[in-house]
Amino acid sequence: MSILFTGRATGAKANRIGLVRRFLMFFVHHIRQALSSLGELWRTPAASFLTIIVLGLSLTLPVTLHLLVKNAQQISNSFAKAAEINLFIREDASAAQIQSLQTILKADPQITAVRHINKADAMAEFQAASSFGEALNYLTENPLPDVLVVMPANTEPAAARALMQQLAAERIVEFAKLDLEWLTRLEAVVRLMQQAVIAIALLLLSAVLFIVSNTIRLSIISKQAEIEVMKLVGATDSFIQRPFLYTGFWFGVLGGLLAFLVSETLLWGLRGAISDITSLYQSDFQLQAMNLYEFCGVILLAVSLGVGGSYLSVRRHIRAIEPSGP
Amino acid sequence: MLQFDHVSKSYPGGFVALERINFRIAKGEMVFLTGHSGAGKSTILKLISMIERPSTGRVMINNIDLSRLKRSQVPYVRRDVGIIFQNHRLLMNHTVFDNVALPLVIEGFTGKEMVKRVHAALDKVGLLDKQRCLPETLSGGEQQRVGIARAVVNKPPLLLADEPTGNLDPELSRDIMQVFEAFNQVGVSVLVATHDLGLIARMRYRTLTLKQGRMINDDLIPSRDQV
Ligand SMILES: Nc1ncnc2c1ncn2[C@@H]1O[C@H](COP(=O)(O)OP(=O)(O)OP(=O)(O)O)[C@@H](O)[C@H]1O
Ligand SMILES: [Mg+2]
Repeated sequence: MSILFTGRATGAKANRIGLVRRFLMFFVHHIRQALSSLGELWRTPAASFLTIIVLGLSLTLPVTLHLLVKNAQQISNSFAKAAEINLFIREDASAAQIQSLQTILKADPQITAVRHINKADAMAEFQAASSFGEALNYLTENPLPDVLVVMPANTEPAAARALMQQLAAERIVEFAKLDLEWLTRLEAVVRLMQQAVIAIALLLLSAVLFIVSNTIRLSIISKQAEIEVMKLVGATDSFIQRPFLYTGFWFGVLGGLLAFLVSETLLWGLRGAISDITSLYQSDFQLQAMNLYEFCGVILLAVSLGVGGSYLSVRRHIRAIEPSGP
Repeated sequence: MLQFDHVSKSYPGGFVALERINFRIAKGEMVFLTGHSGAGKSTILKLISMIERPSTGRVMINNIDLSRLKRSQVPYVRRDVGIIFQNHRLLMNHTVFDNVALPLVIEGFTGKEMVKRVHAALDKVGLLDKQRCLPETLSGGEQQRVGIARAVVNKPPLLLADEPTGNLDPELSRDIMQVFEAFNQVGVSVLVATHDLGLIARMRYRTLTLKQGRMINDDLIPSRDQV
């Protein structure tokens, strides 16, 4: 609608085009513009590809780290479940006493399973596994204690520790041991890695924002004359900035895909090393690739960086261009 | 409809390009603006199209003071004012068709309606067969005419032309002037800045004469000391 000339209908409204058609035309127009700015990328292939590569590779590092952390977490989770409490039984406890404690523990709802390793079996196992072999035969007495291996129902480290303290108070228990130290350590390492991923991601992503915005800035400068003409014939800033925002969008889509491909390839390449480590702890470890949500997340992140970086530039520089006279 | 009220314009550096200019143009009027080079003709057109702002005084269209308008409203003012630029101002790496279609695309036209209007505008300036060419491949006069087609394509109620016949031979100049007259006859106000005194004398429209930034004559014929 005209500001100066009341009653002068302008644009699509002047044609009395129906709302539905106008709505459709709006979409068709946007898609056409999006495609044409994809074509624009080919006009300056060097700058476009550099930007896409920088965007893609900068995203690759945090994405790969995220995948590694995810896999590490999987290990630490499966170990938390395996956490078991060893109860070392006093030497003077009778077999009947051990038997009754075992029965009591089995009935406890906090405990899922109890296994008795009797000292003779333990000795045999030790003899087989260690190199002492024959030497152990010279011992007059078996120095190993009976052990009850208890599986706590709640595998949280804190809950398991509380249960351990409770069981240590049993009369025939010499002492109880919960091997949690390394688990807490692994968890701490995972947490540290998670925080490192976030910090690195923030740094890289802000760098990406500036790189995209700089590429767009150069593109705006190279089109200065064109933008002046558009302003002279009545284009609004938002009309002029739209193709640049679409360029940013495509930087994001292509950069995101690149990050996806490279990080999956890296993970694939590292799978040997990863499974070497994990097989030390766990046999049925499965390498976790990116799932659909994560993939969408990466693309979304990349697109918002592309569009965001472009927007930063467009806001400042398109506004600053003012046509000088006829 | 268009009113200059004690308008002065000094450019940065202190050069006074216009001094206390007063005039009115009624709706549907056709007016020439003349004067020596550097007299301030283009400056007047720049003030109307909001490329420059007056240093003092008011430029008003339909009683709306242009300096009151917000920055975001400037594009909409320019859609109401068709401008033909002294140096063409075309998009050099777009076809003639795209150049002429630009004001329509900006206003949201698409499809058949847009093509129809672009063809009509190109037909008026006799360039329908050149619509697929790039402006670089056209002569100066042809580029001028592309600029004219672009200025009239969205049928603005006010048309400003800065030396529209600068590169045209007398015959083409007359044709282009007839295009302006045809617009004028359907109610468009037209303001043409030109050196071409012969053209002005032939056409006998109201003529504003500028000399070193001052309005020295407002009459049907240019003043004597102009010539
Ligand atoms: N952007 C500017 N900065 C400083 N001075 C300017 C600017 N634009 C124009 N001028 C000066 O203002 C005066 C009037 O310029 P203007 O362009 O209005 O003249 P004109 O009448 O259109 O001349 P011509 O017929 O040569 O186009 C000139 O002396 C010019 O030097
Ligand atoms: Mg001039």
